[in-house]
Amino acid sequence: MLGKLSWSAVPINEPIDMIASCLMILAIVGILIGITVKGHWPYLWREWLTSVDHKRIGVMYCLLAMVMLLRGFTDAIMMRAQQAFAVGGAQGYLPAEHYDQVFSAHGTIMIFFVAMPFIVGLMNFAVPLQLGVRDVAFPTLNSISLWLAASGALLVNISLVIGNFARTGWFAYPPLSELRFSPDVGVDYYLWALQISGVGTLLGGVNLVTTILKLRAPGMSYMRMPMFCWTALASNLLIVAAFPVLTAAFAMLLLDRYLGFHFFTVGHGGNMMMYVNLFWVWGHPEVYILILPPFGVFSEVTATFSGKPLFGYRSMVAATLAICVLSFMVWLHHFFTMGAGANVNAVFGIVSMVIAVPTGVKIFNWLFTMYGGRVRFAVPILWTIGFMITFAIGGATGVLLAIPPVDFIVHDTVFLIAHFHNVIIAGVLFGAFAGYNYWFPKAFGFTLDEGWGKAAFWCWLIGFYLAFMPLYWLGLEGMPRRMQHYQEVGWQPWLMVAGAGAVVILAGIACQIIQLAVSIRTRDRRRDTTGDPWNGRTLEWATPSPPPMWNFAELPQVEGEDAFWQMKQLARDGKLRAAVPPAYRAIEMPKNSPTGFITAFFAVVTGFALIWHIWWMAGLGLLGAFATTLVFAWRDVAEAEIPAEVVAQFYEAHPVETLR
Amino acid sequence: MDPTPRDRAPGDETMPEAKREETLAGLQAYLIGLLFAAILTATSFWTATTSVLWSPGVATGLVVLAIAQMGVHLVFFLHITTGPDNTNNVLALAFGILIVGLVVIGSIWIMAHLNANMMPSGNLPNLQMQR
Repeated sequence: MLGKLSWSAVPINEPIDMIASCLMILAIVGILIGITVKGHWPYLWREWLTSVDHKRIGVMYCLLAMVMLLRGFTDAIMMRAQQAFAVGGAQGYLPAEHYDQVFSAHGTIMIFFVAMPFIVGLMNFAVPLQLGVRDVAFPTLNSISLWLAASGALLVNISLVIGNFARTGWFAYPPLSELRFSPDVGVDYYLWALQISGVGTLLGGVNLVTTILKLRAPGMSYMRMPMFCWTALASNLLIVAAFPVLTAAFAMLLLDRYLGFHFFTVGHGGNMMMYVNLFWVWGHPEVYILILPPFGVFSEVTATFSGKPLFGYRSMVAATLAICVLSFMVWLHHFFTMGAGANVNAVFGIVSMVIAVPTGVKIFNWLFTMYGGRVRFAVPILWTIGFMITFAIGGATGVLLAIPPVDFIVHDTVFLIAHFHNVIIAGVLFGAFAGYNYWFPKAFGFTLDEGWGKAAFWCWLIGFYLAFMPLYWLGLEGMPRRMQHYQEVGWQPWLMVAGAGAVVILAGIACQIIQLAVSIRTRDRRRDTTGDPWNGRTLEWATPSPPPMWNFAELPQVEGEDAFWQMKQLARDGKLRAAVPPAYRAIEMPKNSPTGFITAFFAVVTGFALIWHIWWMAGLGLLGAFATTLVFAWRDVAEAEIPAEVVAQFYEAHPVETLR
Repeated sequence: MDPTPRDRAPGDETMPEAKREETLAGLQAYLIGLLFAAILTATSFWTATTSVLWSPGVATGLVVLAIAQMGVHLVFFLHITTGPDNTNNVLALAFGILIVGLVVIGSIWIMAHLNANMMPSGNLPNLQMQR
């Protein structure tokens, strides 16, 4: 009846697991009770859970990422604590079984449920506003994408309470991830969580590519698009091209595990190297999917806070597209040491070095944008400068690792760990935080606290250096990654420093939580009434903060790059045609739909049932998801009209200087 | 650029079809495409089952027919044309072909190396047979 599921799936005998599970359940129950007591459910359901508004979906994506960051960081600090003490005779506090789950969950969560939702959220929020349009191309599909991503995250968290997670590392290489060597549900949790959220990511990619190619404000030609839109386009093209490969590789592994196929098994003609190959065919574009949108954020932030147009806009576009194509030509560098010959290694090594060139172009463009500008050192630009310095180090160690003979020496050591944390934390995460501070006033209508924001930045920056520079050294000393315990006493001081770094980063996260709380409490003092708190250059600042559901009453006419900056220049010179008396028209907007939420509910049911081999429940879940889609397809009314008076009332309450 | 304000919600289904290229969109085009596709499919089966082609050449023949089939699908069903409003589709197709080419050729090259260097040969004892 319940497949493999029984009471023994609940890890009663593992105190750390149980405490974490209980805390998580208590927190969730507490939040749910709080919402119920305050009677917020109707509001939440109407305005957020069923919303198809790209801004709210973007905000919810970012919220998902931040919550999962807490979970992923907990795993990180547990590993640092274990390694700081588990030397020689001391075994630390984590048993090997548990430690393996912790590092697998840490990698999976940080890539798929922190970095991805954060950048997808920022793109969802900002791209349609920057393009000067009212929503993405397929609003309900957007909601489905969000909730499928949340479903995957939920499944990963369920694995903490019921059953266990994969112990295979975040890429689950066979044969270790095959049924013979991982017979429990850990790998199944990993695979189904990522399959479900992967579908969401792919749909989101299709949605944003279509939006950028097909929906732009009148006059917004490709070469007038803000840089963030270009990087979003490149990133989503990569999503559309790369994610099906991951889905196919996982589908084959699932067939091996569930139906006794032999794609990647050791015997019967299986070839586990094909999984490694396919995983990284997806995996390398994935890191550029993650880093390109933050590059766009940095471009916007640098231009805005330097008060200058972006230096070398065209070279920036070219560099973005070059990275987009080159990122599909370097994947072998993730497995140089796994048996490819010298010729293959040489070619992929050289391309891996070449891909550093367009990235270097970007760094110089940002520097030249700041050069001669009057830089305002607000929080977003601090993250940007921190990124430029730190990322340059990460890029340099990346070029080192791209040399196959060097890679043979330091592969699978903590040198590699230091390298990719250097580019992902200093690149993706700093970019996400810069974007969060930059667009927060647009999303909520009040600015974030500067003091706590700066404190958070410094904690993160110093914590990062403390946590990862020792790992570079230890990697050169030969310390392998993923050690639950080690004999070499000389490594311990370095790992102590790394552990201290993690604590400093924890302080940074605390500052960010305090920043949010303080800003919300003092929101009345920090209202953004102009819609343009940073003296911005692009169209998202041309509408009130927070923007109305329809973004723009009339789609703006774009005359050149930095469209909003130009409008402000014209308005200053009195050349902008007077907007009084504005004639507002009724606006049609897509209606909210619970389709995404309900589909995702059934996706969780299906995923959980498949993980535990509860076949009847999997059938019911699939049927439910299919029925939900059918109901949506047969809807009679897809759009609601917002009357002209409502539009007019909104703009009377929120006057914006230059444009309506 | 279109001067009239586009006061329509994104994803609006009542968009007038006036600008759409009508040449290939009609029912007739689908029927022609279906005919071509059916002929190519039938030819493939026929090629595989008779001995008209020199037998080592059958595989090549099937590949040629498959590529022709793709062309028919692209033109008649997916409406890839050379029209000016079709640039996006053509570029998307070019990008797709480029990426698929890179991935397929790269994988074949890599896997050939890995097979030569890493797979256990018959002389070695079989290390660990999996069920």
